Amino acid sequence: MVTSTRPVGPLVIDIENITKDYVMGEETVRALRGVSLQIHKNEYIAVMGPSGSGKSTLMNMLGCLDTPTSGRYEFNGKNVAEMNDDELAAIRNREIGFVFQTFNLLPRSTSLRNVELPLIYAGIDPDTREEMAAHVLHEVGLSDRMNHKPNELSGGQRQRVAVARALVNRPSIILADEPTGNLDSKTGEEIMALFEDLYQRGNTIILVTHERDIAVHARRTVHLRDGLIETDHAGFIPELDLVALERP
Amino acid sequence: MSAGRTGLSPVFRDMKRFLYELSESWKIAASQMRSNLTRSTLTALGVIIGIVAVTLMGTAIGGIQVGFDKSMSIFGDDVLYVGQWPWKKVDDWWNYRDRKKIKTEYADALNRMIAMTPNSNLMIAIPTSSVIRSVKYADSEVGNVLVRGTVSDYIITSTFDFKEGRFFNDLESRGGANVCVVGYDVADALFPSASPIDKSVLINGQPFKIVGVIARQGSFLGLFSLDSIVVMPLPAFQKYFTAKSEADILVKVKDKTELAEAKDELAGLMRRVRGLPPEKKDDFSINEQQALKSTLDPIKNSIAVAGLFITGLSLFVGAIGIMNITFVSVKERTREIGTRKALGARRRTILLQFLIESTALCLLGGIIGLGFAFAMCFLIGIAFPFFPIQFSTGLVVISMVVSILTGLISGFAPAWTASRLDPVTALRYE
Ligand SMILES: Nc1ncnc2c1ncn2[C@@H]1O[C@H](COP(=O)(O)OP(=O)(O)OP(=O)(O)O)[C@@H](O)[C@H]1O
Ligand SMILES: [Mg+2]
Repeated sequence: MVTSTRPVGPLVIDIENITKDYVMGEETVRALRGVSLQIHKNEYIAVMGPSGSGKSTLMNMLGCLDTPTSGRYEFNGKNVAEMNDDELAAIRNREIGFVFQTFNLLPRSTSLRNVELPLIYAGIDPDTREEMAAHVLHEVGLSDRMNHKPNELSGGQRQRVAVARALVNRPSIILADEPTGNLDSKTGEEIMALFEDLYQRGNTIILVTHERDIAVHARRTVHLRDGLIETDHAGFIPELDLVALERP
Repeated sequence: MSAGRTGLSPVFRDMKRFLYELSESWKIAASQMRSNLTRSTLTALGVIIGIVAVTLMGTAIGGIQVGFDKSMSIFGDDVLYVGQWPWKKVDDWWNYRDRKKIKTEYADALNRMIAMTPNSNLMIAIPTSSVIRSVKYADSEVGNVLVRGTVSDYIITSTFDFKEGRFFNDLESRGGANVCVVGYDVADALFPSASPIDKSVLINGQPFKIVGVIARQGSFLGLFSLDSIVVMPLPAFQKYFTAKSEADILVKVKDKTELAEAKDELAGLMRRVRGLPPEKKDDFSINEQQALKSTLDPIKNSIAVAGLFITGLSLFVGAIGIMNITFVSVKERTREIGTRKALGARRRTILLQFLIESTALCLLGGIIGLGFAFAMCFLIGIAFPFFPIQFSTGLVVISMVVSILTGLISGFAPAWTASRLDPVTALRYE
C-alpha cells in the first residue's frame, strides 16, 4: 500500500548508508546509523520523527554543514566527501538555501541587507545584489518591509525574510529545519503557503517538522527513528505518520 | 542563472568577491563599533594610550637624532682631525698615552707638503690649541670657557656664523694681536645689554679686544655648551696660556667624497712629519666626524630601542585589550558566524571580517592617539622651545602602520578561531 510516486526531475541528492557519530568523551552518540535517500528536483519532502531521532543531523548533512562519519553523499552528481572547505562553502552559497527555526537574521541589518548576504558571498556587484534581494522580498510579500530591521518585524515576517534569503541565490534545494517551530499556527500556515508557492514554481524543498498540519503540505514523508529511516512514502498518511507526532 | 555570475573569469570573480567581502566587513566593523560604543571606546583607549606613548617617544627620539646630527655637524664632514687619541673607545689606552704630542708646528709642515703635492686631496691644515679659563669683564665673570688659539684660516674649517663682527684677520693672526672672537654664551653673560664689539675682556689677567661674536650653536649632545668659547690668534694664545705647543691639527679636504683617500694622504704626510720608518706604526690618530658618529651611533640607538621598547609595552597592553574584545565578539556572535557559514561565507570571509574589526578599532585608536600626541607635541613645543621634539609625516605614517599591524596581530588569534568554527557547532551555540 505504501508506494513512492516516480519523481520526474533529475537527482539532486543521493545519499547512501550515511552514518554520523558524535564522540563525547567515553560515549559515542550514533545520531545517524545508515540512512539512504534519493531526492529529485522539485520534490517536497517532510522529515518527521521523534526528538533526538537525527532529523537536524540529517538536514545539516544534506546542507553540507556537517560531514558524515561514513557513507556516500552526492550532490548534483558531485561527491561531497571530496570537497574542501571552500567548495563546501560555495555549495552552501549557491545550491542550498537554509531556513532556520530561529530565523537567524542579522539583528542590526535591514531585511534587504539580510537577503543580500548570500549574494555578497557569491561575489555579485552591489547594484545587482540590491535588485535581486528586492525582487525576492517582493516574492515573499515584503516589498514594504525592505528597510526594516528584524526587531521591527513580526515572527512571520522575519521567517519570510529568512525564506527570501534562502531563495535569493536560486538554490537547487531549500532546507528548512522546523521553519514554523517558533510561529503560531496561523503564521505557520502563511509560511507553508509560501513554501507551497515555491514548490509550485519548481523549487525543491525539504522541511523538518513535528506538526501534522505542516507535514500534510509535503508530497513525500520521511520518518526517522533512532537514526534510521523508518518509513519513506508519498503524501501524508495519518495512520502511519501520526506516530511521529507524539514526542517521547 | 543570475546576472552577476555570468561571463567572468574565475580569478576576476574571486577578486571582485574579495572586494565586496572587504567592504562588507568594514561596514560590519563600523556598525559593531557603533552598537558597542562604550566597550569599543574603552578598548580603543588602550591603543590610544599606547600610540600616544610610542609617538611621543618617537618624536623624542627624532629630536635626539636631530640634535645629534646638529652636534655632529660642528665637526664638518670635510675636516680631518689629527690628534694623539682616536675618537673611539680604546682598550689599550697605554699605547696611546705615550704617543708624542701633536704640535702646532706640524700644521706649517703639512701645508708646505700639501703645496708641493700636485693634485693633493687636502686643502689646508690648521693648528688649534685649547685651554679652559674664566673670562672677565668689569665685575662679571664666566668660568669654564674654552679658550682656543688658532690661525685666521680656522674660519674655513668651521661651521659657525657670526652674530656680529668678524673673525680675526691674517695680520692679527700672524702678529698675535690681543684680539678675540667670543661665543654666544660668553657675550651674553658679560654683555647682557650692550654690544661686546671693541670691548676688552680679561683672560688670565690679559686684555683681549673682542672683534666678533659667534652666533648661537647650542650644545654638544646636551653635554656642554658650544657657545662658551673664546677664539684668539695662536701666537697670543701661546704667549699667555701655554709655552708648550700641544695641539690638534684640523685638515680640510678638497672633496669630501674622497675622504678616505684624503685620510691616507694625510697619514702619509704625518708619517713624513714625524719621520716614521716604514716598519713603525702610526703614532697619531686621524679622526673624522663619521668615525665619531659610528662610535656614538650604537649608544644613541640603544637609547632609542630601550625607549621604544618601554613605550611599546603600553601599546602591547592595548593590543591585548583588542585581542580580548575580539575574542568576546567572536564568542557573542558565534551563532552569527554559523549563520554566515550556512549562507556561504568561507573561512577567509570570516577571518577577514574579524581582522577588519580589530584593525578598525586599532586604527581608530591610532588616529585619535596621534591627534593627542600631535597636540601634546605642540604644547611641549610652546612650553619648552629647546626640548628636542620632532613631529614628522614619517612618524604619522609609521604610527598608522603600527596601529594597523597591532590590529592585525591582536585580531589574528580570535579571527582564526572564528574562521575555523564548525558551522553546526556554531549554529548550535547558545
Ligand atoms: N553536536 C552534538 N554533539 C553530541 N551529540 C549530538 C550533537 N548533535 C546532535 N547530537 C545527538 O544526536 C542525536 C540526534 O540529534 P538531532 O539534533 O539530529 O535530533 P532531532 O531529530 O533534530 O531532534 P529535535 O526534534 O529535538 O530537534 C541526539 O541524540 C543528539 O543528542
Ligand atoms: Mg532538530
